Amino acid sequence: MDLHDDGNMILKEIQTLEGHTDRVWSLAWNPATATSPVFASCSGDKTVRIWEQTPSTRLWHCKAVLEETHTRTVRSCAWSPSGKLLATASFDATTSIWENISGDFECVSTLEGHENEVKSVSWNASGSFLATCSRDKTVWIWEVMPGNEFECASVLQGHTQDVKMVKWHPTMDVLFSCSYDNTVKVWAEDGTGDWHCVQTLGESNKYSLFPSFPPNPFLCFYATLVDALFFFIRPLCWLADIVSGHSSTVWALSFNAEGDRMVTCSDDLTLKIWETDVGRMVLGDDHAPWNHLCTLSGYHDRTIFSVHWSREGIIASGAADDGLRFFLENKDGLVDGPSYKLLLKREKAHNMDINSVQWGPGETRLLASTSDDGKIKIWELATLT
Amino acid sequence: MVSGLINANPVIYEKKERRVRSAPSVGDDEHAVEPIDQLELEARFVRVFIFLTFLNHIRDIKDPEHPYSLEELKVITEDAIEVDDNHSYVRVTFTPTVEHCSMATVIGLCLRVKLMRSLPQRYKVDIRVAPGTHATESAVNKQLNDKERVAAALENPNLVDMVDECLAPSYA
Repeated sequence: MDLHDDGNMILKEIQTLEGHTDRVWSLAWNPATATSPVFASCSGDKTVRIWEQTPSTRLWHCKAVLEETHTRTVRSCAWSPSGKLLATASFDATTSIWENISGDFECVSTLEGHENEVKSVSWNASGSFLATCSRDKTVWIWEVMPGNEFECASVLQGHTQDVKMVKWHPTMDVLFSCSYDNTVKVWAEDGTGDWHCVQTLGESNKYSLFPSFPPNPFLCFYATLVDALFFFIRPLCWLADIVSGHSSTVWALSFNAEGDRMVTCSDDLTLKIWETDVGRMVLGDDHAPWNHLCTLSGYHDRTIFSVHWSREGIIASGAADDGLRFFLENKDGLVDGPSYKLLLKREKAHNMDINSVQWGPGETRLLASTSDDGKIKIWELATLT
Repeated sequence: MVSGLINANPVIYEKKERRVRSAPSVGDDEHAVEPIDQLELEARFVRVFIFLTFLNHIRDIKDPEHPYSLEELKVITEDAIEVDDNHSYVRVTFTPTVEHCSMATVIGLCLRVKLMRSLPQRYKVDIRVAPGTHATESAVNKQLNDKERVAAALENPNLVDMVDECLAPSYA
């Protein structure tokens, strides 16, 4: 299917799901149910709902309501890679782990430790780590132990304001966090079990190849050399627009299927694409730096809350202007380097702010969006025939 | 979105007078332009109505620190409320009583809650401190317009009590 022809895509509204009695913050598709899709949604009404597709009608219905566990807003949810466990993060400062036990969801573990609202939760690719973040400015990494036990492996401090979202790299154990302090931080393990910030993508994007923990003398020397080099190169970088980070809260981030590009969205009304050296990552170098590739601005006119990159390369964004936007890499003119173009837009996709957009795991291009209006909408991005 | 803002106050009364004047003039040479004028007047009437409703909603909010209303303290004036009902947009600019007013975020929160409770859902609301009137202006503005922080604040019983107390005289 050729995605690069203009004007041959159409966004079909498949279904509107009602049930939540307050704003719907977020949703997560179960990755293990591609043939008969299932997703979870969470809301300011303190509940989580599980939605399942009926194969005959291809329509979704609410299969379960997980309630009376969280005492405040449930802000975010995430399925483990196997699809067996669901983690939910709440403003009540806890993260709950739910297991589907013969059709019923039971809360099998509660993770406590954050001082206040937990805002986001993410599983790594193998399901061996869980990360959470909070208004308390910290990011916690939890190790998944046998018997639904979760042990705190590290408390990461570095952000100067609340942390809005955490997300693991799709293939490697490298963690990304974005914050009210306008930055994105990259966290990696140093080989001894300690986790450190290896890069900060900020407004004044100070080059930090080997910042705080060069574990061996060679790297120490190398880092000094690089620093000295960049003392001279930095003014040139400024000229070349390396100062490229977001100028307000970064709300969300997402990776492409290859894992060598990342998109971030912000209150500064822009989306930014970042790139890393995939070769170095394949060789196991966790610290290959991420560089700003391009900025998409002028497409939303209120805060962009959510962005999600599909497996086939379509970036969907949802914002407080109630609109959806779809972007695709522009492969026509590579003269000025890679760029992205608007593929499709939908104004008034919801009656109120759009808080989350997520592509489904199946073959059809299904997208779910959640809104302050308490509704979830299922869309299909179809090709005109 | 911001370009269509209306500072309704000085315009309102001028247009109201014009409407009264135009009524008896039906039939004379102004007749040709009448329908267009009438449409414009109706649109303005809606805007003025919304504006006055807002003012009634928020000007009685009590200052958290003083026994006066925000209007009496000139924290809110009529000029400070901009309404663009075509784009369902409202911007309120308030002036804290002193430059280091620690209650600025609470006042802002009260304004936001009041508007959330009284406006149709489709409205987008921005709340700001008047430029140059607060020591940490951008920090206050950022916090007041971060809906996640507002949502979390409104689940904090102490803050909700404080806000409810401020809104008590006008919230029925």
